[in-house]
Amino acid sequence: MIPFLIYVAIFVVAFFVVKTIAQRTAISDYGSLKTVTFGDESAVTPNRAASIISILTIFLLWGMFTGSALLPKFLHAPGPFEGTGTFEYTAQAGDQTDTATVTVLVHPIDTPTDAPEVAPGDGWAKDDSTAIGMWRTGLLRVDRNDELGRNDGAVITEINGQAVQPGDSVDVDFGTVTISDKGTPNIQPSKGWQMEPIWLPSPEAVVQRVGEIASQGFRGSTLWEHLGYSLFRVIVGFFFGALVGIPLGYAMGLSNWFRGWFDPIVEFMRPVPPLALIPLVIIWAGIGETGKIILLFLAALWIMAIAARSGVSGVKISKVHAAYSLGASKAQIMRHVIVPNSLPEIFTGARVAMGVCWGTVVAAELVAAEQGAGMMIMVASKFQNTDIVIMGIILIGIIGFGIDMLMRYAEKLLVPWKGKG
Amino acid sequence: MSGLSIQNLSMRFDLPGGGHVQALQDVSLDLKAGELLSVLGPSGCGKTTLLNIVAGFLAPTEGKMILNEHEINGPDAERGMVFQQGALFEWMSVRENVGFGPSMKGMPKREKVEIVDHLLDVVGLQDFKEKAVYELSGGMQQRVALARCLANDPDVILMDEPLGALDALTREKMQSLVLKLWKETGKTIILITHSVEEALLLGERLLVMAPRPGRIHKEYRLPFAEMGVGQDLREVKKNPEFAERREEILGMIWDMEEEIMGRTEAAS
Repeated sequence: MIPFLIYVAIFVVAFFVVKTIAQRTAISDYGSLKTVTFGDESAVTPNRAASIISILTIFLLWGMFTGSALLPKFLHAPGPFEGTGTFEYTAQAGDQTDTATVTVLVHPIDTPTDAPEVAPGDGWAKDDSTAIGMWRTGLLRVDRNDELGRNDGAVITEINGQAVQPGDSVDVDFGTVTISDKGTPNIQPSKGWQMEPIWLPSPEAVVQRVGEIASQGFRGSTLWEHLGYSLFRVIVGFFFGALVGIPLGYAMGLSNWFRGWFDPIVEFMRPVPPLALIPLVIIWAGIGETGKIILLFLAALWIMAIAARSGVSGVKISKVHAAYSLGASKAQIMRHVIVPNSLPEIFTGARVAMGVCWGTVVAAELVAAEQGAGMMIMVASKFQNTDIVIMGIILIGIIGFGIDMLMRYAEKLLVPWKGKG
Repeated sequence: MSGLSIQNLSMRFDLPGGGHVQALQDVSLDLKAGELLSVLGPSGCGKTTLLNIVAGFLAPTEGKMILNEHEINGPDAERGMVFQQGALFEWMSVRENVGFGPSMKGMPKREKVEIVDHLLDVVGLQDFKEKAVYELSGGMQQRVALARCLANDPDVILMDEPLGALDALTREKMQSLVLKLWKETGKTIILITHSVEEALLLGERLLVMAPRPGRIHKEYRLPFAEMGVGQDLREVKKNPEFAERREEILGMIWDMEEEIMGRTEAAS
C-alpha cells in the first residue's frame, strides 16, 4: 500500500514539475497551436520525460524497499531493526515478584550470531539474552534460568511496566513482544518497510546474479545456453510454422477447395491456446527438443496461415485485373502481384507469431525442460532464488521486446509500401 | 487493324433469392481502329459491366465480341485497361510499373528500357522514374497508369473513369494528355465517365446508355475531340455547339434519373 501511494505521489508531482518546466521552455510548433487536443488522437504523443521518470520510479521504489546500496541511505524505506535492544519483564510467583532485563541481539539473517553474554543480575528472576535474525521472531523461555520457573507457578505479569496477560502485545523500543498462550514472550523485532531478499532482492543483487550465472552457469548450462536454447526453439518452430503456414494460407486464399477443406481446421485450431497443447505434445513427443518444436510449430502455423490468407484476400481486384490485362500469366500474377501485396500482412502475422512463440516456449519450459529461460526461473523459484527468477523475467522481457523490434525493423526495410496501397 | 465489333451482347445476373438483373440487353457496337469512344450514363446503366466484358473479366450471357478477326474470351494484353485508381503496384517503382507489361512478355532489357523511357517522357514523369508510386500525387499516378498501359502497345485501351478521382484542374490537364496520346498513338479507346463534359471532350463518338435494362440509348458523333487535340480545352468548351450538346445530354440523363426515381417510388 505504501509503495503504491509513493508511486502515485511521484506520478502526480512529476506531472506538475515537468509541466512547469515544459511551459518555460515551450516551442510553438504546429501541434502546440492546436486548441482542441482532448479527443484529437494525433495530438497525443508520448511524453518522453514521463517515460524516463516512469522507469526511474520503478527502480527507485525497488531500491527504496530493498535497501539497495545504489541509493543514498536517506532514500531507503525504514529497514528492519538491527542491533541490540532490551526490555524488562516482571514475573510473579505466589506473592514474590521480581524484574529482569532481556537483551535481544538482532542480526542479519545470513550471519548467524550467538546470544550475547549477560550478567544474571540480582533477584530470583535472572536477566536473559537472545539472538534473532532480521525479519524473524523468537520465543524466549525467560524462566529457563530463573530460580522460580513456570513449574513453580511463575508467570510474567508486566512487560516494561505494562501489565500483560497471555495473548497481549506490548510495543518495546525495537519491536513488539507478545505473550503466548503458555506465557512465553514472543519477541518480534520491528520489520520495517523493506522487503526481505527472499521475497524481493535488491537490484544490485539481481545484477550480481546475472554476472554469476553468466560466468558460472546454472544447472550445468551457461546463461547464454539457456537463453540460446529458448531462442533456438522459437526460431526453428516459427520457421517450420511459416514454411507450412504461408503456402497453406495462399492455397486457402486462392482455391475454393483448399479454403473449404482447411477452414474448419484453421478456425478451430486458432482459438486453442498453444499452452493447452503442452500436455498432449509431452505425451506424444516427450519433453525434449522435438516436443517443444512441434508445439511452437503449431503455435506459429495457424497464425501464419491466417495472415497469408488475409494477405491474399486483401489484394485489390483492380490490381489483379490490371496485371491480367497487361498480359501476366497466373504464375506471374502470383509472383509479382499476390506475394508482394500480401507481404505486409505476413509480416504482421510473423510479428504476432514470434510473440506467441516466445511466450509459449517459456511456458513449455516452465512445465518441463533440461535447458531454457523458463526452466531456469522455474527451478530457481523452487529454491526461493528470487534474484534468479527476477533476472530471468527481465531477460525474457528484453528478448521478447528485442524480437519485436527486430521484426518491426525488418518490416520497415522489406515492405516499405505497407499501408500505402 | 480491323477494329472491335460487339455483337448482341446481353448480361444477366441471377439473384440469390430468385429473380435477376438485366445489366445489359442486346448491346451492339462497331468500333473502327483508332476511334475514341466515350460512354456515358446514369449509375446502374451497365457501362462498367460493358467495359469489364470487353476487357474479358466477365463472360457475357449472350452475344460475342470480335477483335482483329478473333473472338474475345478472357483478358489479354491486346486490350489494356486504365482503372480509376489504386491499380498501380505500390511495391514497384514508377519505372517498374511502366515496364510491367514488357517484363511479363520477357522483352529484352534494352528494348524495354527504351520503351519505358520514351513513355515516361511522353507523360512527363522522367524525373520521377525511380520514385515509389505512393510518393506521387493522384494525377501523376494516373499518368503512370496511362504509360503502363501504353508500354504494352495494346490495340484497344479501356478506361474506367480514369480521371474520376482527380481535382478539376488536374483533370483538365489529364484530358488534354489523353487526347494527345490518342492522336499520337492512334489507339482505339473506350472511355467510361460520369462527367458529361468529359464525355463530350473525349469522345469522337459518344454513347449514352440507359439503365434497367442497360442498353444503348443514343449515339452521337462529335467534333470536339478533334478540336481539342490542338487547342486549349477551355476554348472547346466555349463553342456554342458544345454547350448545346451538353444541355441536351444532361437533360436526357436527368429524365432517366427521374424515371428511375418514379419507378422506385411506384414500386414501394
